[in-house]
Amino acid sequence: MISARLYILQRLSALIMAPLVIGHIAVMIFAVNNGLSADEILGRTQNSLLWAAFYSLFVVCVAVHGAIGVRVISFEWFGLRGWGLDAVSWAVFFSLAGLGFQAVFSVTGGA
Amino acid sequence: MNREKNTLSVEIWRSNTDGGAYQAFSVPKADNQTVLDVVSYIQQQLDPSLSYRFACRVGMCGSCAMTVNGVPRWTCRTHVKRALGNSVTLKIAPLRNLPVIKDLVVDMDVFFDKWVRAEAVHHPTRSRHDPIEAVDETAESRRAANEAIECINCAVCYAACDVVTANPDYLGPAALNRAWALVNDSRDGGREAILRAVSQTDGCHNCHAQQSCARHCPNELNPTKSIAGLKRESAKLALREFFTAGEQG
Repeated sequence: MISARLYILQRLSALIMAPLVIGHIAVMIFAVNNGLSADEILGRTQNSLLWAAFYSLFVVCVAVHGAIGVRVISFEWFGLRGWGLDAVSWAVFFSLAGLGFQAVFSVTGGA
Repeated sequence: MNREKNTLSVEIWRSNTDGGAYQAFSVPKADNQTVLDVVSYIQQQLDPSLSYRFACRVGMCGSCAMTVNGVPRWTCRTHVKRALGNSVTLKIAPLRNLPVIKDLVVDMDVFFDKWVRAEAVHHPTRSRHDPIEAVDETAESRRAANEAIECINCAVCYAACDVVTANPDYLGPAALNRAWALVNDSRDGGREAILRAVSQTDGCHNCHAQQSCARHCPNELNPTKSIAGLKRESAKLALREFFTAGEQG
């Protein structure tokens, strides 16, 4: 149910996500401790290619990693097989990617 | 009271047209009594229709494995006292994750078919006319092969594996452990074929590393470690092939 390809994708996405999670938490702590307002945060992130790239990569990794994880749970715990299993996996992938990119565009898009 | 002290309460899984049910027996206690002794006593003295499987009685053939009080065990080397723990009844059932033929006998075909699917078969590099290849016992790969090699094919690990329960097509710890022994055997010429076979959809990458196989293996092997090795080497092969294909394309 999980081939070498999906296994590698899940491990690679986890590997990339680990430093991104730390970076995200560090930014949150910095923003809170320095009392930045929403406008001040958006002032730094909007039109920033760096933040757009950072969170876009994060979203892709979350979508890949989450979809494969839910695929395994759906198979082992709920007995999903065949096209149903593929449908759930892709649905989770597109849902996470859609929600994530919506947030990325909102925060890093033009003012 | 005295009778209770000298007899052992045993429940054994018996097949019937509805699938099966436990049947109760009383067996005389003995000081050095294995679970296989108990099953043999019942079959020889109380009910000759009881079906079970054994051969060597010394922990070499791997044919007498059963579920004893919920735990998969080799019954010839398991003392009743150890299997009982705090329980007063010895409950004996066939191995989990395998189809039951009758009573305590399971169909091992599924188990061994997976060894073939995992390419856990020898791929010779020499013919009978060539000299025997020397084995370097100090080589790191040989040490890895030796660690995995003492499997007696008892299927205890297969019965203990929750991934097999969730996915009956999963190759299972025994076949993958054997595959890992061959991947590390300098005399085997099928390294890449094995790594490709264990990378199939229901292959080694499905292992959750819960380590039930290592916990219950009567020979104290560690199939989880072998599977981790297969995951590592097969991932390397897949990545190498991916980038090589990119270069060629």
